[in-house]
Amino acid sequence: MGRVFLYGFLFLATLFFLLPVYLVILTALKEPAKITLDTVWRWPEPIYWESFRIAWEAFRPKFQNSVVLALSATALSALVGALNGYVLAKWPFKGSNLLFALMLFGMFIPYQSILIPLFQFVKAIGLYGTLWGLILVHVVYGIPIVTLIFKNYYSEIPDELVEAARIDGAGFFGIFRHVILPLSAPALVVVAIWQFTQIWNEFLFAVTLTRPESQPITVALAQLAGGEAVKWNLPMAGAILAALPTLLVYIFLGRYFLRGLLAGSVKG
Amino acid sequence: MRDRITAFLVLLPSLVAVGIFVYGFIGQNLWVSLTDWGKNPAQALALRPELRFVGLENYRELFSGLVDVRFRQSAVNLIFFTLFFMAGSLGLGLLLAMALDRGPKGESFFRTVFLFPMALSFVVTGTIWRWLLQPQGGVNVLPTLLGLPPLSFPWLTTREKAFVFDWNDLPFFTAIVVGLILLYLGWQAHREGEKRRRLWSLLSGGVLLLWAFTLGRNTPLLPYPEPHGFSLALVGVILAAVWQMSGYTMALYLAGLRGIPVEVLEAAKVDGASEWQTYRHVIFPLLAPITLSAMIVLGHIALKIFDLIFAMAGLDYAPTDVPAIYMYLLAFRGNQFAKGAAIGILLLLLVAVVVIPYLASQLRKEVRR
Repeated sequence: MGRVFLYGFLFLATLFFLLPVYLVILTALKEPAKITLDTVWRWPEPIYWESFRIAWEAFRPKFQNSVVLALSATALSALVGALNGYVLAKWPFKGSNLLFALMLFGMFIPYQSILIPLFQFVKAIGLYGTLWGLILVHVVYGIPIVTLIFKNYYSEIPDELVEAARIDGAGFFGIFRHVILPLSAPALVVVAIWQFTQIWNEFLFAVTLTRPESQPITVALAQLAGGEAVKWNLPMAGAILAALPTLLVYIFLGRYFLRGLLAGSVKG
Repeated sequence: MRDRITAFLVLLPSLVAVGIFVYGFIGQNLWVSLTDWGKNPAQALALRPELRFVGLENYRELFSGLVDVRFRQSAVNLIFFTLFFMAGSLGLGLLLAMALDRGPKGESFFRTVFLFPMALSFVVTGTIWRWLLQPQGGVNVLPTLLGLPPLSFPWLTTREKAFVFDWNDLPFFTAIVVGLILLYLGWQAHREGEKRRRLWSLLSGGVLLLWAFTLGRNTPLLPYPEPHGFSLALVGVILAAVWQMSGYTMALYLAGLRGIPVEVLEAAKVDGASEWQTYRHVIFPLLAPITLSAMIVLGHIALKIFDLIFAMAGLDYAPTDVPAIYMYLLAFRGNQFAKGAAIGILLLLLVAVVVIPYLASQLRKEVRR
């Protein structure tokens, strides 16, 4: 009896989570003329791949923007985070803990509270409407979380290792390169996944700071789906394209994804 | 010594960046919110606008000005959205975690399914659910697959409201809610034997309640009644948000459940506790800290929610408005920068009220360790 109830509940929950996906795929594979509201759940006959080609053509520049944006901002974030975490964990100075706490506060602010000065600033330095502006913003507002993850990770590395390297004559960067960096892989993966997902999925900065030619895919998708005239096969195919990279990360690196998620829950 | 200087220099750029982009910008935003930037359209778009200091005028207008009725509805929407979104995500997440904790077959499959929406952006989720919630399609025709009549709920388009109250009663209700919370804190302090905290909590809670019931109803914010309530068009948005985030609470709760030592559960069994009693008296109390963390994270997401509503209903649709949307609309569509900045500061204050005590208690715990 209990088991029947358990599996019944899990079945219903699975439906709740997967039915939207089923509908998206269905709609994306339907001929535009056959998409009517009362037959939404019917399987497409015949299967129509054209929507993906059209959506890909329409979205390709935005998709490329997203790739460049997410990869470069993630790489820079990881570098900054590793160095900051290394300093805070292995070279603390007077007041460094206070500075770290002040830094962490940056994770919690709602970005609406800095959006207007940020907009002015990015305009003033001539980066408004460029990918560079967006990369800069993502790296800067990523500093707190990436520093936190690396600091926590590096704190686990025994100080004796650092001390031994120092006695052998290694300096600040020498220790970083030969001792710390080779041990950094797990933290690097977590930070890379976390930042990549966040930046790929981000919308508020993107919609505020870009022009059409520098838009990432989230902005393009929101605008396409918001228009009334378009048939739904395109937004659905577009949604699949926009979701694919982060979904692939989730499927293939799920374990690290979860670890990043839980690290992120220390934040907000 | 040279290495120490190097270390500091390596950290310096990040410190400067955070100093400018977080603290500097908050300061500047606060200043903008105290000016009239955007009142005069000619000034709003000027390259170097002349800003005049107007004190708290923008804040006063948001809460009790004639034109900003939409902000007030958005604030009410935000409260209800936060409540239902948190309740939904926590409830469903807990149920899912409890189900998976019993070790059903295919557990990792279920976990993957429940968690995958977390990998999507709110824009993708919003686009998908906008299509699912079409008035004559999607969810509404689902029952016809089983031979039932279709539903007819106008998900995102209804203008109906529930829990309607007069905006003028806001001080009254706020005082009651805050007063009750203070009394509760006082009672907790009493149980923990902290006398000073008990005194202050009970005293301030009592004064607040006294004020509410004596003067609280006689301080109208507006010269006329203005009804606001929970806009039912948000139900669909809440559904989508719960769909995306309940996997996250599930992951948290599952980790919590798996972390409960077997001996504790054995002990409860030996003492003859029924399954429900074990949950009620052993498991749920142990999950309380997780619930608190999840509430902070979810509340934080709720306060900032922007992309989901943008993708589901657009910027211009008042019934699904929240302050983050209205802020964007005012500042970046209407060039009313000062008022937009004021909303930004209000959101920051809301977050700070929740996050700073939480951070402080976390830090204190760290120190105690």
